[in-house]
Amino acid sequence: MTELTLAKAVNSGLRRALADDDRVVLLGEDIGPLGGVFRVTDGLQRDFGTDRVMDMPLAESGIIGMAVGLAYRGFRPVCEIQFDGFIYPAFDQIVAQVAKLHYRTRGAVRMPITIRVPFGGGIGAVEHHSESPEAYFAHTAGLRVVTCSTPQDAHTMIRQAIACDDPVLFFEPKRRYWTKGEVDEDADFPFDRARVLLEGADVTIVAYGPLVATAIDAAIAAGDEGTSVEVIDLRSLSPLDLDTVEASVRKTGRLVITHEAAQFGGLGAEIAASITDRCFLYLEAAPARVTGFDTPYPSARAEEHFLPDLDRILDAVDRVLGRQNALTGWSAS
Amino acid sequence: MRTTVSDTRIEAELPSPPDELVQLLDPEGRRIEDPLYDPYVSDVSGEALLRLYEDLVVVRRIDVEATALQRQGQLGLWPPLLGQEAAQVGSALALRADDFIFSSYRENAVAYCRGVELPQLVEVWRGTAQSGWNPYAVNMATPQIVIGAQTLHAVGYAVGCRHDGVDTATITYFGDGATTQGDVNEAMVFAASFGAPVVFFCQNNQWAISEPVGLQAQRPIAERAPGFGIPSIRVDGNDVLAVLAATRRALDRAHRGDGPTFIEAVTYRMGPHTTSDDPSRYVDPLQREEWAAKDPIARVEAHLRDAGVLTDETAASVAATADEVAAAFRAGCLALPNPAPLSVFDHVYAEPHTGLARQRSQQEAYLRSVGELEGGAE
Repeated sequence: MTELTLAKAVNSGLRRALADDDRVVLLGEDIGPLGGVFRVTDGLQRDFGTDRVMDMPLAESGIIGMAVGLAYRGFRPVCEIQFDGFIYPAFDQIVAQVAKLHYRTRGAVRMPITIRVPFGGGIGAVEHHSESPEAYFAHTAGLRVVTCSTPQDAHTMIRQAIACDDPVLFFEPKRRYWTKGEVDEDADFPFDRARVLLEGADVTIVAYGPLVATAIDAAIAAGDEGTSVEVIDLRSLSPLDLDTVEASVRKTGRLVITHEAAQFGGLGAEIAASITDRCFLYLEAAPARVTGFDTPYPSARAEEHFLPDLDRILDAVDRVLGRQNALTGWSAS
Repeated sequence: MRTTVSDTRIEAELPSPPDELVQLLDPEGRRIEDPLYDPYVSDVSGEALLRLYEDLVVVRRIDVEATALQRQGQLGLWPPLLGQEAAQVGSALALRADDFIFSSYRENAVAYCRGVELPQLVEVWRGTAQSGWNPYAVNMATPQIVIGAQTLHAVGYAVGCRHDGVDTATITYFGDGATTQGDVNEAMVFAASFGAPVVFFCQNNQWAISEPVGLQAQRPIAERAPGFGIPSIRVDGNDVLAVLAATRRALDRAHRGDGPTFIEAVTYRMGPHTTSDDPSRYVDPLQREEWAAKDPIARVEAHLRDAGVLTDETAASVAATADEVAAAFRAGCLALPNPAPLSVFDHVYAEPHTGLARQRSQQEAYLRSVGELEGGAE
């Protein structure tokens, strides 16, 4: 066991993947001597060479398109998209090519491409540097979409993503890059399974990526007030481990889902619909969503008014418990 | 894989910018001597040229048959290659077996030359599959429908070949319209920066559906490549010998490790964009007539007749062969089975996906309940 930041845990996972399989190559902007803008690839080009860790010309579609050709040739490319908001020029290559080539060729051509994306807000950044575009990709057949919330998960899941024969969108919660935690390099778990982080009896909170820590804080605070909250870290957004959520909601009867991404058409809507379908007779209240608003991501000094926080999550916990608050429609007076 | 831009080599003898078309066989079938390109086709005369002629005739015959199949409701759509036979056959026959192709959807003659089985040419167009063949069986990726996307795949594959230490070349086909796409321009930057062993083969057929090439380019398209650090060749795309020679030259550079080359094959789309198109709304009949006089097959025929290699009897025999191929093509097309109901779930992922597995089993139960599925799961 070693204590690492989440960024270092991804780095050590990439290092292991490069060492274990010489078909693994890294592609990205500024990932060489600089080590990436978040230093996630720090030292990797020095240790594995410019053939394995390649600085790319500044074109996201070009990076992903080139990865497709490398995968055709039997490589396992790991692409870094520098920031969430810069992934859109590569959208066509990801959605129309990476996601569909295995299907198109009836399984003849595999696309074991990992696309790493630092995502989410909370770091006071300028526009295009705080977005949560995961739903676009979770909506696309052929892609797997995962996200990590701890250094241990970051290390283990990036290696699993690279080893997976399907394309994986790997969303890294950039505001948690500096979170420290113990990492066991030999740990192993299925990366498409959710994890129950805290057990509870009254309410289930489902979170992923950067909001897992917030959800735990909310659960602890609710516990102080006598409400027993179960917290589930989804880890995988496609596929969704609905079995784990279903088992929890059958127990608690109440569901709160939280994510930074906008609400409309987001993962929360999918989870609410699927769990309502599976647990209709077990639900004591309609599932509640605590999400970013259906607005563009706001400017840095306004992001606290956009991002779900502990109080908004607790407010939703109250709501599913039937306690009066602004959104239950009851007047507080 | 090289990662610096400084070592991209540009051969001095390649015209940059190219000022004229490479042509070895003029529209009347006269052989034009060219000291630079003649050595690349010194093996192609007499019987060898007759075999090329047969390939040209056969691919045109297949194309005509495919259009007929579409008109008869047997294909949903077909993109005719009429007029582009020389550009496709000449370039395809220049390739080594291990060279890899990333094409667009119109390169059916390339696929034929590559040994793709006849019915596999139309699986996509009949709607029985999203691809007709296993790319690794013929070293040709399944045709790309998104304009220009395949050019980046070619660069990645080419860089991978060099990483593997093999001298395999990669060729990518695209049209004049594609040269406006960001992906094609990015592909040229990436190819130049990494010195990728790739040949960019642009068939300038003058049209992107209804848009004339003048809407994409104000100067000959081949002139763009040198700006990216890629030498280019402008070739008469209706001259199968010139196309063969130019492609061999470009491939030689790639095999030697001298980096990318761009070829603009100047040709003309004599038919519609696809069977759904109506060129009468936008094509000037006079322009089409001018290009009809530059037909890629007629000039080879004239040349072979002058040389005494082609007689009425041989021509009839070639036509009969083409008819036989077309009949086999038609029969193979009609015999293609429709996909099984649950096959829509196959190969979405290479590894098990719990969400999709659940959906598939629900659909399977539904199909059984309504009697649309009997016996096995398929």
